[in-house]
Amino acid sequence: MNAAESVARPAVRFRGVGKRFANWVLRRVNLELPAGRTSALVGASGCGKTTALQLVNGVYRPDEGEVEVLGAPVPETGVEAFRRRIGYAVQGAGLFPHMTVVENAVLPGRLERWSEARLQARRRELFGLVGLAAELNDRYPHQLSGGQQQRVALCRALMIRPALMLLDEPFSAVDPIARMELYVRFEQLREHEGVTTVLVTHDMREAFRLADYLVVMGDGGVLQAGVPDEVAAAPANDVVRALLASAA
Amino acid sequence: MRRRRALALLGCVAAAAVGAEPVVVASKNFRESYVLGEALAQLLRREGVPARHARGLGGTKVCYDALVAGEVDVYVEYTGTIAEGIKRVPVATWANLSVALAPDGVEMLPAFGFNNTYVLAVSNALAEDRGLAKVSDLVGHPDLRVAVSHEFLDRPDGWPGLRARYGLPQRPDGVEHALAYRAIGNGAIDVTDAYSTDGELTRYPLTLLEDDLGFFPAYLAVPLARADLPARAREVIMRVSGTLDDVEMRAMNAAAIDADAVVRVAASYVRGIAGPAGPGAVAAREAALDAPSFWRRLAANAGRHLALVFGALAPAVLAAVALAVLIFKIGWLSRSAVYVAGLLQTVPSIALLALLIPLLGIGVAPAVLALFLYALLPILRNAVTALGGIDPTLRRVATAMGLRATEELRLIFVPLAMPAILAGVRTAAVITIGTATLAAFIGAGGLGDPIVTGLALNDPGLVLEGAIPAALLAVGTELTFEAGERMLVPGHLRARVDR
Repeated sequence: MNAAESVARPAVRFRGVGKRFANWVLRRVNLELPAGRTSALVGASGCGKTTALQLVNGVYRPDEGEVEVLGAPVPETGVEAFRRRIGYAVQGAGLFPHMTVVENAVLPGRLERWSEARLQARRRELFGLVGLAAELNDRYPHQLSGGQQQRVALCRALMIRPALMLLDEPFSAVDPIARMELYVRFEQLREHEGVTTVLVTHDMREAFRLADYLVVMGDGGVLQAGVPDEVAAAPANDVVRALLASAA
Repeated sequence: MRRRRALALLGCVAAAAVGAEPVVVASKNFRESYVLGEALAQLLRREGVPARHARGLGGTKVCYDALVAGEVDVYVEYTGTIAEGIKRVPVATWANLSVALAPDGVEMLPAFGFNNTYVLAVSNALAEDRGLAKVSDLVGHPDLRVAVSHEFLDRPDGWPGLRARYGLPQRPDGVEHALAYRAIGNGAIDVTDAYSTDGELTRYPLTLLEDDLGFFPAYLAVPLARADLPARAREVIMRVSGTLDDVEMRAMNAAAIDADAVVRVAASYVRGIAGPAGPGAVAAREAALDAPSFWRRLAANAGRHLALVFGALAPAVLAAVALAVLIFKIGWLSRSAVYVAGLLQTVPSIALLALLIPLLGIGVAPAVLALFLYALLPILRNAVTALGGIDPTLRRVATAMGLRATEELRLIFVPLAMPAILAGVRTAAVITIGTATLAAFIGAGGLGDPIVTGLALNDPGLVLEGAIPAALLAVGTELTFEAGERMLVPGHLRARVDR
């Protein structure tokens, strides 16, 4: 699948989207993210990339324009059911401290009333893929390293085989050595699951390593979007060029 | 009557449920009132009228309000208190007082005879030495050292009025009443005030000075009864008319040293005025009911105490947690709610109980409501703080995972706030166990019952009979909660709760 083909059937589409809190954070954003690929939203902090992510799962509603996800607008009602079909992981893992590793990982399946056998089979499959040993199963999150916690969070995000996964800086609070290992695990997972992923990161190197599609954001909108190599070869302006320099 | 039945439903273990409704005789929370209340109840039973003695129900306001509300049928009051404290009757004649009480449906029955008013006391030796017999004799002896109770020092019908009427030259000091007799005994002071029927007077060689100008108002003890009291009961109570003078009452007070003695003293008085006969079997059985064994009494008091505590705590937990869940996301509302709950807790418990009497009468209902209000704050504050303090990242994850509001609460928010909520419930439980002892002041029973009675009779054994079990209950509750937390809360979350 080449880039042109996937853009023809995007997983996420922003049409003239704007979002305002005290001031406009995003204005007139047009964006299409390819299905089955990993897109990275990059840019300086405050550029609106996390806001864009929250517009995708309907936590925020656009003040102008329209967000389409997997071919349909974000629903007005029953948004919880919609969100359940979207995996989600954040910086610092966001595991629930009162639940064990296993309880955290299987929660999305439990909400969908999966049988215990199905839950555990899926959980074992995912834990195998990310290399989480069975002896961690009954531990609480605080007894795990940052990298281990983040692997549990990825398993949780993928538990019910979502068509789309949203990642908000999931690797940034992990130490560099664990991060390299996480990248490998993430790539294995992605290959196995074939899930469309939207990754928000401020780390250009990470974006280049993991993303098939790069969206450079700034100034309340999209500065440039495209396949990473194309963006690197022809930066649209000085801001993009400066960001790219940080990855070099 | 309906309210009384409702109280019985609420868990009154009292005799109210058996057969005909007994006449309820209340007493105020001091010794003489106990003796007279007990005497009226025994007299009624001896004459075949079922009667129950609600011992030490409360102060003047509690007893009178209970009488008007129909919780109580009769109690012994003092004419001076009716004229000054209950109604404002400037000229306290019998007729004026009766007229003032009539609109409340209350009737004043003939007086016992004695007058429990203020008197001035000096030692026998001094009285003989200086020739003191009347208050006016003090005028010629400005060197005498006068020390009176603090209340007497300030009351218009105490020292200020007395000095003006007699032209007394002495300058009195304030002294704790309990110490005054001993101070006279060892010559530290010469003159003090006393109540004319105080049993303590019989233990010291004291001369009481005659109020020769008739300054002190009369405090005649009278049965105050509801106007709808059955004729037979009224007739029996009328028999106490003129049966006791000051000296006899003083002797009875002196003999009534503890709760058992109160029953004996009253019985002997009743024998004296009613003659030996009477439907003895019934009287004996009901008297036995009135004075159960130590362990039965303890079990009944502790059981009632726990019922009060649980009856208040369980709804308080539900209400406070439910409220916290509803408002914790709205900052100003949570702060206001905690503020209001805090305000409720600053109302002194006795005042709160008194305020609830006109609304709910006396007994279990107002006590449980008051305890409920006190228990709200610690639970609400802890719950709101804990829920509001949940890591925003976790809240964001819960939302993004598509948890519905109820799932969010059940699976994430409440479990995370649980250690703090439990700590709040634990605090509330211990506070409630302590505060519930005050419920006895409005006739709700519990472990406060022996404490209130013990305080009124100056009987430390009786006070401990309530205080020790209450303290043990509090400690037991702490331990139970600790065990409960161990089961409900994983260790690493428990450690993070500050207390």
